[in-house]
Amino acid sequence: MDFSALNPVALMVTLMVAATPIMLAALGELVVEKSGVLNLGVEGMMIFGAICGFAVSVDTGSVWLGIIAAMIGGTLLSLTFGFLTQYLLSNQVASGLALTLFGLGLAALVGQSYTGIKPPSFPKLDIPFISDLPVIGPILFSHDFIVYFSFIILGGVWYFLNYTRGGLILRAVGESHDAAHALGYKVVRVRLMAIAFGGACAGLGGAYVSLIRVPQWTEGMTAGAGWIALAIVVFASWKPLRVLLGAWLFGGITILQLNLQALGVEIDVAYLSMAPYLVTIIVLVIMSADSKRASLNAPASLGKAFHASS
Amino acid sequence: MTALLSLSGLTKQYPGVLANDHVSFEIGKGEVHALLGENGAGKSTLVKMIYGLVRPDEGEMKLGGEDYAPTEPRLARRSGVAMVFQHFSLFEALTVAENIALGMENPPEKKELSERISTVSANYGLTLDPDRLIGDLSVGERQRVEIVRCLLQDPRLLIMDEPTSVLTPQEVEVLFETLNKLKSEGTSILYISHKLEEIKTLCDHATILRHGKVVGTCTPAEESAKSMAEMMVGSELKEPKARDFQPGAVLLDVQGLSLPSKDPFGTSLRNISFTLREGEVLGIAGVAGNGQDELMLALSGEERVQREAIVLKGNPIGHVGPSARRKVGLLAAPEERLGHAAAPDMSLTENALLTGLLRQQLANKGFIKWKETEDFAKAIVEAFDVRTAGVDHAAKSLSGGNLQKFVVGREILQRPLVLVINQPTWGVDAAAAASIREAITDLAAKGKAVLVISQDLDELMEVSDTFAVLAEGRMSKPRSAKGITIEQIGLMMGGTEVPDAAA
Repeated sequence: MDFSALNPVALMVTLMVAATPIMLAALGELVVEKSGVLNLGVEGMMIFGAICGFAVSVDTGSVWLGIIAAMIGGTLLSLTFGFLTQYLLSNQVASGLALTLFGLGLAALVGQSYTGIKPPSFPKLDIPFISDLPVIGPILFSHDFIVYFSFIILGGVWYFLNYTRGGLILRAVGESHDAAHALGYKVVRVRLMAIAFGGACAGLGGAYVSLIRVPQWTEGMTAGAGWIALAIVVFASWKPLRVLLGAWLFGGITILQLNLQALGVEIDVAYLSMAPYLVTIIVLVIMSADSKRASLNAPASLGKAFHASS
Repeated sequence: MTALLSLSGLTKQYPGVLANDHVSFEIGKGEVHALLGENGAGKSTLVKMIYGLVRPDEGEMKLGGEDYAPTEPRLARRSGVAMVFQHFSLFEALTVAENIALGMENPPEKKELSERISTVSANYGLTLDPDRLIGDLSVGERQRVEIVRCLLQDPRLLIMDEPTSVLTPQEVEVLFETLNKLKSEGTSILYISHKLEEIKTLCDHATILRHGKVVGTCTPAEESAKSMAEMMVGSELKEPKARDFQPGAVLLDVQGLSLPSKDPFGTSLRNISFTLREGEVLGIAGVAGNGQDELMLALSGEERVQREAIVLKGNPIGHVGPSARRKVGLLAAPEERLGHAAAPDMSLTENALLTGLLRQQLANKGFIKWKETEDFAKAIVEAFDVRTAGVDHAAKSLSGGNLQKFVVGREILQRPLVLVINQPTWGVDAAAAASIREAITDLAAKGKAVLVISQDLDELMEVSDTFAVLAEGRMSKPRSAKGITIEQIGLMMGGTEVPDAAA
C-alpha cells in the first residue's frame, strides 16, 4: 500500500468541503429539534434545495441567485411540513418521511432537463495573507464563501440558543409547550420559524453539493446526506458546537473511504460506510448510561403535537 | 377601599359547559381576596381570563379604573398581574434563573438576575440556587421558583393558585408573612386554596363559585371552615367518624430499610423501621424532598432493597419488584397522578388494567379480557364517584380530583392487605378529598393497613391512628396521633435534629 499518495493537507481540505453540507443541514435540524419538532424530511429539503440552486444558477448564470433560490426552496418545502404538523397536527414522523419522498420526487422532476449541464463556477474566497500560511492556510482559509458562512451559522446558532432571549424561548417551547403556552409564548409561531430556518439550512446544504462540491446535477445526488445530518444532531446531543465534531467525523469517513478506494486498500467499503453510524450508536449508549442526564439532553417535547386546548 | 380589579358579568362558554356565568366581584387595593370553589367550579377559567390566557365571551374587567382586556399573558404581566400556577409552568431542563427570566417581561442580565433572585428568595425565606436545574428540584422547591418569579415583577395583583399545598407549617407562616408584607405595600392578592383554615387566617374577603356562578361572598374571619365548605359544595360535608383504634396482628414489618437515592439531589433513606398492624393508618409527615419519594419507591418495589427489610405477613419481599409485591397484597398509589400513577393518554379502562392485571385476573394466557377490564374500570368509577364521560376516555381528560379518586379507588378495589399512598389529596377539591380520606379509613376499618405519606398535616391528623415524621431520610418512631400538636410536628419536620419522640 502506498500511503504517500495521501496528502494530509489536501485530505483536510476535502474534509472541510465534505463536512459543510451536512453541517449546515444538521445545524438547521438542531434548531428545529430544539423547538420540539422532529423533521425527518431533511434529505428531501436538501435535494430540493440542490436542484433549485442548480436550476436557477444555470438559468440566470448567477450562483448567488442560485444559493438564494436553494434557501427559498428548502424553506417552502419545510413550511408545507410546518403547515401539516403545526396546524393540521399530523404525525411528525410520518409527515417528515413523506417530505423526504416528496422532495426526492419533485427534485427529479424539476431536474430532468438539467442533467449533464455544468453550472457556473463558484468563486473561491481566499482570505488575504492568512490563506498563505502553510498547512492552516489551505485547510482553513482558502475556501468558498459558503464554508465560512457555515461557521458563522454555527457560531450564530450556538450564541442564539445559549445567550439570547429568543433562544431561551425556543428551548422553552421545545422543553414543555404547555408551560410555554401558559406563560404566553406563541408555540406554533416559534416552531414555524424554527422549521423555516431548518429548511433554509438544508436547502443551502443541498445547493452546496450540486453547485460546489460535485458540481453537476444527478438524481438523488445528496445520497443520504440528510439522514447523516439527522444522525449528527443526535450524535451532538443537541449541542451546536458538537455538530462541528460530528460533521467532521462523518465527512472525514466519507473522504477516507473514497481515498482508500482510490488507493486500492483491501478493506470493504461497507465497513467504512457503516463506521459513523456505529460511532453514533456507541455515543448514544454512553450518553444514555446516565439516564437522568440523557433525558435532559433531548428536548422533552420532541415530536409531540401541540394544541392550545385551554 | 378602592377597587384594583373589578369584574363584571364575565361569561365564558365552552362546548357543553358554561364555565363562567356572569361572574362579578371586586378585589380592593391591598386586599387578599379568596376564590373558593370545587374543582370544575370555574375558578381556573376565571383566573385564565384575568391572566389573559382565555378571552371572555361577555363582560368586562377594569384594572385600577381603566379598561382591562388582556389578550395574552404578557399584556397582563405588563399591567402588573402575575400568577403562580397550580400545575407548575416550569421547564425541567432549564435552570432556575432561565425559568424565572421566561416569566418576566424585561429580564435583566443573567448576573444581575441571579443576584436579584438570591436577594428576593432570601428576603422571603424561599431559599433558591439560581443555577440549579428545575429537573433536580423537589415539588416544594419548584413552587418557590414560581413564587419568586412573580415577586420579582413587583406585581399589582398576584394570583396564587394553591400555593401552600407542599409547604411546611413554618414555610406557610413565612409565606403568609410575605403575603402580608406585600399586602401592606399595596399589592392585591387573589388567593385560591382548598385549605379553608388558611383562608380564614389570611384573606380579607372571599368569593365562592359553584357551577360557574358566584354563589356567595363572605368575610372568612367571621365564618367557620365548615360553613364555607358547605357554601362551596352546596351540601353538608361528612364529619369523619371518630374511630376506635384497635390494632391487630402485624401485617407489614419494615426493619432497617436503607436506600441510597439514585437522584444526585435526592435523599437517601437511612435505617427506617416501623410496623403496620391490621386496622392501622400510619401517617408520615415531612417536608417535600426529605425521602418521601424514595420511601414510596422502596415500598412499592420500584426500587429493590434488602430481602429481609420489608416483610409482609412473614414473607420477605424487599428484593422483589412491584408485580410480585402486588401479588401478595402490598399495593401502592404514587403521588404523580399523570405519568406515574396513570398513563395520561390511555383510557381509564387501560389504566385500570395496568395495575389490576394480576389481582383482578384480567388476562387469560396473555390475552387481555377487555370485558372484565372494562367492568373493573366501571366499578371504580361507580364506587368512587369518578366524574367522567366514560371509561373509554383518556386519563388526562379527567380533572385532578376525579383522576385521584380513580387512582386510589383502583388500588382499594383490588383488596390490598397494605396500601401505600403518597399525597392522596394533593390539588384535589374538598369534596373529593373527603371521599378519598373516607375510603382510606374505611379500608383500615376492614382490618387492612394503610400508610399515608402527606405534606398536609390536617389530612394526616384526620386519617391517622399513628404518626411519624420523615426528615432527611430518617423516620421518627411512630407514635399515637392523638394529642400531638401541629406546632410539635412542625418543629420535628423543620428541625435538622429529630427528637426520638417515643411519647
